[in-house]
Amino acid sequence: MTSVIPFVRNEMLPEKEPPLRERGVVHWMRQNLFSGPLNTVLTLLGLAVLLWVASHVLPWLMHSVWNASSLTECRDIITQRFGEGATGACWAMVKERWHQYLYGFYPMDLYWRPNLAFVLMFVAIAPVLYTSLPRKMLWFTAIYPALTFWLLWGGSVWTPVVAMLGFVILALIFRALVGKLGVPVSAGIGVVVAALWWMFAQGPVSDALQAAIPLSITTVDSDQFGGFLLSIVIGVTAISASLPMGILLALGRKSDMLIVRTLSVGFIEFIRGVPLITLLFTASLLLQYFLPPGSNFDIILRVIILVTLFAAAYIAEVIRGGLAALPRGQYEAADALGLDYWQAQRLIIMPQALKISIPGIVSSFIGLFKDTTLVAFVGLQDPLKGITTIVRADINWKGIYWEPYIFAGAIFFIICFGMSRYSMWLERKLKTDHR
Amino acid sequence: MAEQAIDRSKMKVSDEVAIQISNMNKWYGQFHVLRDVNMTVHKGERIVICGPSGSGKSTLIRCINRLEEHQSGDIIVDGTELTNDLKNIDKVRSEVGMVFQHFNLFPHLTILENCTLAPIWVRKIPKREAEETAMHFLRKVKIPEQANKYPGQLSGGQQQRVAIARSLCMKPRIMLFDEPTSALDPEMIKEVLDTMIELAEEGMTMLCVTHEMGFAQAVANRVVFMDKGQIVEQNEPREFFNNPQSERTKAFLSQILGH
Repeated sequence: MTSVIPFVRNEMLPEKEPPLRERGVVHWMRQNLFSGPLNTVLTLLGLAVLLWVASHVLPWLMHSVWNASSLTECRDIITQRFGEGATGACWAMVKERWHQYLYGFYPMDLYWRPNLAFVLMFVAIAPVLYTSLPRKMLWFTAIYPALTFWLLWGGSVWTPVVAMLGFVILALIFRALVGKLGVPVSAGIGVVVAALWWMFAQGPVSDALQAAIPLSITTVDSDQFGGFLLSIVIGVTAISASLPMGILLALGRKSDMLIVRTLSVGFIEFIRGVPLITLLFTASLLLQYFLPPGSNFDIILRVIILVTLFAAAYIAEVIRGGLAALPRGQYEAADALGLDYWQAQRLIIMPQALKISIPGIVSSFIGLFKDTTLVAFVGLQDPLKGITTIVRADINWKGIYWEPYIFAGAIFFIICFGMSRYSMWLERKLKTDHR
Repeated sequence: MAEQAIDRSKMKVSDEVAIQISNMNKWYGQFHVLRDVNMTVHKGERIVICGPSGSGKSTLIRCINRLEEHQSGDIIVDGTELTNDLKNIDKVRSEVGMVFQHFNLFPHLTILENCTLAPIWVRKIPKREAEETAMHFLRKVKIPEQANKYPGQLSGGQQQRVAIARSLCMKPRIMLFDEPTSALDPEMIKEVLDTMIELAEEGMTMLCVTHEMGFAQAVANRVVFMDKGQIVEQNEPREFFNNPQSERTKAFLSQILGH
């Protein structure tokens, strides 16, 4: 028989540090780098690869030359400083040509215009990205496209103003009819009338206004655009236009109406089945055949339209994934409360579906932005191939290879990394389900 | 439940017809889910619909606000016939509240926003007024302090009470309950049933699909038993439970009350 030995603790034990092997650097390394034989081998292998890469890249970077007027001069300086056979980066090219990477052949004395447009872009995007900002700022976002168009291409101020009037007409018609005819029909009528306005009234009205009140700045042609100016113009326009279009296509694909569904599916599958370059060639060559003779349809606008269509198809599929992830109960609850189709989509379904699709949508946007370099194939000066070819055509910089790509790549990385970080912040912010 | 004192003073069934279902049939593809259903619900009635799973009881009440479409027969809700006319459907839906088994709260909106959304967008009530109404009903279901939380932060029972409050904010004339306690832990069932009893005491017209026979005995004025898509038996609760007529009903009752 066991007897119970009574025990009472009079003094509480103080907290002690864990033993050395359970804390600090040693513990971390044992956990993460050398937890087993396979892990140890992989760690050593990884270190070897890192060392090998560093031993090749570091000298090249350490031997950088910032001041020279040609590649030959660069090489001479490197030989002089570091001896025969030494290699080094020649950043002098970037120092001399950076403005072409940013602006292409945009007239130098007008650089303030794209600069201003770029700064204003953040003002315009801010209220969209950060919902805590005052909603009135969205009015600036609404006029920003017209303002930027005017700043970048110049010409009469009345052209963008009259074009914006088309949207005003669309909105007024929609408002007047939506109560009687429902969302799709009134939106359709609005779009048709606005299109007629742009096709027939745009030219005469803006000419008349310009004649009455002349207000214009120096015109810059599309072929003077290049570099990141071109990439950002195409990228930002296509991104902001493809999201609403993608939403409509995703809804169209899930629609009960046979014709709407067939058209949506057909469009999405066609676009996804065709390489972007094919579409760009279509933009540069074929569109010209379809348009009435004599109409001069700007090449950048054509490219933007096709890049937008391309991105919209992908985004539609991403959003469809988000829609599929929503439980049926959400639709039923919205229906049971008496919300109509568009209210349910806008207030209940889309906020949730878009939240689920954020990573996919941002991936599409990043892909789209990088794909803007493909416009090199239709003769536009993208920052990667277009400008680099021009730089290399200069006798002074003939043969330069890594530096232009690293420079352009670094800028792409900064922009894309920024988008990816924003999307992660947004996901955290919108996380309300507390799972 | 039965020992609870229930105030029956306002539980009055009027002659006015709230829902009229006549010769209604529904098929899922080849499967005949609802067969020749006839049912008249008077204003102020509290009807419990029970039956084995797959008997069509959920489908029946989901036809009343047209979450499901019936293929033949008529359903007239509060004088409005349910047809393909979207205007009628939206009108009926805004008069008929529904509470689901899985609550179906909107997870991206706060409790208060869940309750004000439909009044603001469907009834076009000013936001401030809608919020006052919402707080009134949240107090009624005894969770006003949760108004600014998100559904994911609440327990199942609390979520279901919010769902009831959300429906009530539309000031419906009829409430449909589709197995409101089936997804809840036992200790949360009571808080939801208490809310429903309170609602019944105020004279709300209620149709409730449930297996809570205690609730049926305490509150219902009529119990409807369904099997294989048809109404097999209906009676006032005391008779229904003590003196079931059909063999099918007897078998069902012995199954669920057997232990």
